[in-house]
Amino acid sequence: MTTASVLHVLLALTACPLLLGIINRTKAFFAGRHGQPVLQTYYDLAKLLRKGAVYSRTTTWLFRAGPIIGVGCAAAALLMAPLGGVEALLAFPGDMLVLAYLLGLMRFATVLAALDTGSAFEGMGASREVQFSMLAEPALLLGLAALAAGSHSLSLTGMYADPLSAGAAHVPALVLVAAAVLVVLLTENARIPVDDPNTHLELTMIHEVMVLDHSGVDLAFIHYAACLKLWVLGSLLVGLAVPLRTGHPLVDLALGAIGLAVMAVVVGVIESVMARLRLIRLPQLLVTASVLSLLAVIWLLR
Amino acid sequence: MAAQLVVWSAAILGGGGLICLLAGRRGSLSNRLGVAISLIGGVPAAMAGATALWTGREDAIQIPWSIPFGSFSLAVDALSAYFVLAVAVICMLAAVYGGGYLKAHLGRKNLGASWCFYCILFASMLLVVTARNGVLFLIAWEIMSLASFFLVVFEHERQEVRQAGWTYLVATHFGTAALLALFVLLGWGSATWDFDEFSVPGSGPMAGVLFLLAVVGFGTKAGFLPMHVWLPEAHPAAPSHVSAVMSGVMIKTGIYGLLRTLTFLGAPPSWWGWTLLAIGAASGLIGVLMALAQHDLKRLLAYHSVENIGIICLGLGLGLLGISEGNATLAFLGLAGGLLHVWNHAIFKSLLFLGAGAVAHATGTRNIEHQGGLLKRMPLTGPAFVVGSAAISGLPPLNGFVSELLIYVGAFSVIAGAEVMSPSVLAAMVAIVALGMIGGLAAACFTKAFGVVFLGEPRSSQAAAAHEAPRTMHVPMLILAAMCVVVGMLGALVLTVVRPVVQSLMDASGLTVSETMFISAASILWKVSLAGGVLILMLSGLAVLRRRLLSGRPVETSGTWDCGYIAPTARMQYTASSFAWPILNMFRWLLQPTVHEHRPSDLFPTRAAIETHADDGFRRFVYRPIFLAADWLAGRLRWVQQGRNQLYILYIAVTLIVLLVWKLGVGR
Amino acid sequence: MELLLDTLLILLVLTNFRLLGSSRLAACIQTLAIQAVILGAMPLVMHASHLTVRVVAFAVAILGVKALLLPWLLRRAARESGTQRELEPLIGFTSSVLIGALLLAASFWVVRPLAQGMPAGEGLVCVIALFTILTGLLMIVSRRKALTQVLGYLAMENGVYAFGTALAVDEPLLVELGVLLDLLVAVFVMGIAIYHISREFDHIDTDQLSVLRD
Repeated sequence: MTTASVLHVLLALTACPLLLGIINRTKAFFAGRHGQPVLQTYYDLAKLLRKGAVYSRTTTWLFRAGPIIGVGCAAAALLMAPLGGVEALLAFPGDMLVLAYLLGLMRFATVLAALDTGSAFEGMGASREVQFSMLAEPALLLGLAALAAGSHSLSLTGMYADPLSAGAAHVPALVLVAAAVLVVLLTENARIPVDDPNTHLELTMIHEVMVLDHSGVDLAFIHYAACLKLWVLGSLLVGLAVPLRTGHPLVDLALGAIGLAVMAVVVGVIESVMARLRLIRLPQLLVTASVLSLLAVIWLLR
Repeated sequence: MAAQLVVWSAAILGGGGLICLLAGRRGSLSNRLGVAISLIGGVPAAMAGATALWTGREDAIQIPWSIPFGSFSLAVDALSAYFVLAVAVICMLAAVYGGGYLKAHLGRKNLGASWCFYCILFASMLLVVTARNGVLFLIAWEIMSLASFFLVVFEHERQEVRQAGWTYLVATHFGTAALLALFVLLGWGSATWDFDEFSVPGSGPMAGVLFLLAVVGFGTKAGFLPMHVWLPEAHPAAPSHVSAVMSGVMIKTGIYGLLRTLTFLGAPPSWWGWTLLAIGAASGLIGVLMALAQHDLKRLLAYHSVENIGIICLGLGLGLLGISEGNATLAFLGLAGGLLHVWNHAIFKSLLFLGAGAVAHATGTRNIEHQGGLLKRMPLTGPAFVVGSAAISGLPPLNGFVSELLIYVGAFSVIAGAEVMSPSVLAAMVAIVALGMIGGLAAACFTKAFGVVFLGEPRSSQAAAAHEAPRTMHVPMLILAAMCVVVGMLGALVLTVVRPVVQSLMDASGLTVSETMFISAASILWKVSLAGGVLILMLSGLAVLRRRLLSGRPVETSGTWDCGYIAPTARMQYTASSFAWPILNMFRWLLQPTVHEHRPSDLFPTRAAIETHADDGFRRFVYRPIFLAADWLAGRLRWVQQGRNQLYILYIAVTLIVLLVWKLGVGR
Repeated sequence: MELLLDTLLILLVLTNFRLLGSSRLAACIQTLAIQAVILGAMPLVMHASHLTVRVVAFAVAILGVKALLLPWLLRRAARESGTQRELEPLIGFTSSVLIGALLLAASFWVVRPLAQGMPAGEGLVCVIALFTILTGLLMIVSRRKALTQVLGYLAMENGVYAFGTALAVDEPLLVELGVLLDLLVAVFVMGIAIYHISREFDHIDTDQLSVLRD
């Protein structure tokens, strides 16, 4: 637990909406538009936080608890996520499982809040959400197993401390794990090619449709939780994609932050050049990600 | 001391049961008597289990008994005490619930008989987990099976209940047959069938045969995959408090038996661990997939019991693999995870069954598709059920997560410590993939079950008229929900309790649970509790923040956003079958659901309907053909029964003459 | 050089998975061309320390035939028969990818004990070669269209060639000539056969050919 860890948490809490702004700006650039300001998400959050709320008569306390659980879980997961060479605030053997299952709790609460509205839209989004997250779990877990095999450590901080410690021999496996984590990131954060965050049509929605009935302060919490989740999974990806470790925690933190910004640009590029896959193709994509992780584990232990 | 307490418990329960029977049809007296006797009889047993686990001393008792090979000897060591405590607590809570639940049958059914069998079931389970003699064990086992059979057919006027009881009876005796063979072989050379005189006759392959007999015999009771077909029949048919006891603790006696047999068999070879791992992964995955396809709430929960037994088996399999390879860390983590899951499953599965009973009691139906909106009408049952659902999906900070975490860390430790691919690395990867998918599928299934039953709008008039369960019913549920949270947050303390049990299992191979290993495992669980505590603090803070923000601002209610439909109805909500369809469609080849469709036709279609059923694949494609073949074979032997007395007497005479000639001839 | 060989082998494995998971014929043909490039580069990487003119010449020849000539022939055959996609294989695409993963594990399990005496790099090449052969076999067994079955056969040939690069250091000429001859004959025969089948029956769906039996 160093000052860099504390700074990482503070930076994440304040700067995560910026990632969304960078993604949107990149997409606008590709579309030939000027695009919204990079700080637009902050303005949106501020606007929503100033509003009241409208609740559906069908809903219960579970609906009101959903957004709170979302932010709480994302923030708790943040405590265990390292950013490149910067240690996590709370690191212990097995913390990667606590992180994965905290995100699972967030998903559970969101799905129940969606079903609480008694609307067919939310039910559909919830049904798709649980299907795809079930397929994404093995991909993420096997990727973490590959990292454990490569670094001989059981903690996320240890896995990301020095991925190139064995020299360049591990690079192919790290590339495979990074590809798998990228697919999981796109799935969990509702990005193209898995889900379209812009449209509000039944055909393309998974996450957007689950939060249709939230308003005002609740909606602000949900957007913020989504940004935090993007930061958490992004930090897992950046730690692999940028395997430079300078040994100075603050320099590593800066490198990690820049890496996250580049990752946001990359996600924006992917969103601009690809179309959303048909729903029946998504299981194939996720199974491919699992196979890539499996290949990485086999490769490291050959 | 502890063993004497167990004997006292069994005596009180046995005697009390007979008193209940005599109190007979006098409805409310026998009902209250039953609850009181269960509580009074359960307290000594709970004390026995708790003191034995606390002090760590083993206690034995022997009462003279003149049955050949038999002796009435009980002992309470760490392994027995662990299960005694679980049995006692769950049976007592379920009894309190049963008192309220059975009030609906007052005057119509013989509640005295039902409570008599309940007390006998309780007593026999206590004897099963403490018995130290083969004959005593088998007698208690058989009494347990018969008592639960009579409890299952409580509503025997319904045909499906009778059929379920019949299936259960056949299955449990199939298991008992294997157990009989097992004990005969184990006690081959000794004068009595005492457990400390049990040994493996012959050499290497014999231990394997005994292991397989134990897996089949105890696995039938526990619900391992090919032999699980009785679970989804018997558990829904029984009254809810009985389902809770059966699913929560009775199937765990199978796990107890398997573990006790392992202590007789010495050091395990690696294929034993692989067998349990394969059974665990298959039971877990297929159990949860079948659960996802059900629309009867209790049948769904019964399949989840199969899944969780699979998770326990995964942990035990990894632990056995660790023992056979001398990897003490893997052995400890795997066995501790599996054993902890025994307690955790007892807690949250009982909670869920009691909740399902409350739902059925309130709406009169177990079909999920006819429920809805019950959270508003059952404000105490609902939160308890959601805690149980989150616990069974393995979500932090509840107890299901703690046991799964131990198994995961064990598997990851194998991979992290390996330099090259080895069979144990492969086993660890299978465990990780299986647990990951099981967790995701369980979350899908319970969001479906809880969401369709408790959330949204009521889909039928019965659901709209539902009422909260009476105090005797919802208080045990709240207690169990609190236990879920407590065990989840204080996992390290429970690990201290589990440690001597795991040590006793590892003794046969000479491995020990070193202090450093235990401390590092406990510190992992303390960190998890810390993360859980931080989460709860943040949730409270955020709730306060939101209330502060919303105070003074307009907070209104309106209808759910409906995209402009003028008259949304409750039937437009997602149904449970639709919710589960994407996943079930992916696994269609495994589940083979039967589909009845009535497609819309003509220009102005009037009716359309679709119905899907997922019947148990093993029942349809394995057991039914086998039993039909047995039936055909038996039919071929019908000529033996001619119906004439003279022929039967001739058969007896011929047999006697043959025996006489043989014995006298040999004797000479 | 270890790293380069490792990367080439991983790329080879990924091309096999692409063959199993892709339904578009053009993508499969392109994947086979990429496999050919990797196989052409492998002997150069493995014998980098003692490159001779002969080795380089053969690498170039293999590249020319497998990466340029054969894909051109195959694309022509695809165009002639009018097929663009394999739509309903006997084993679905996701299942094929999963079975492929199992085949990879099986290849490791089978070849590992047999390859004890070899240096680590060559042992790994043997494993991946066996995996490529099994991938080709899976494609032949599970696909309906004759053209995709030919692609599976070519993948098998690629696997056999990879075995050759790993094992044959002293007599590469003989192995390579034998494989190439086999390859050319098979492809020409199959290409001609497909052309004639398609011309005769207007399609190359082998399922429908089964009605020819009495």
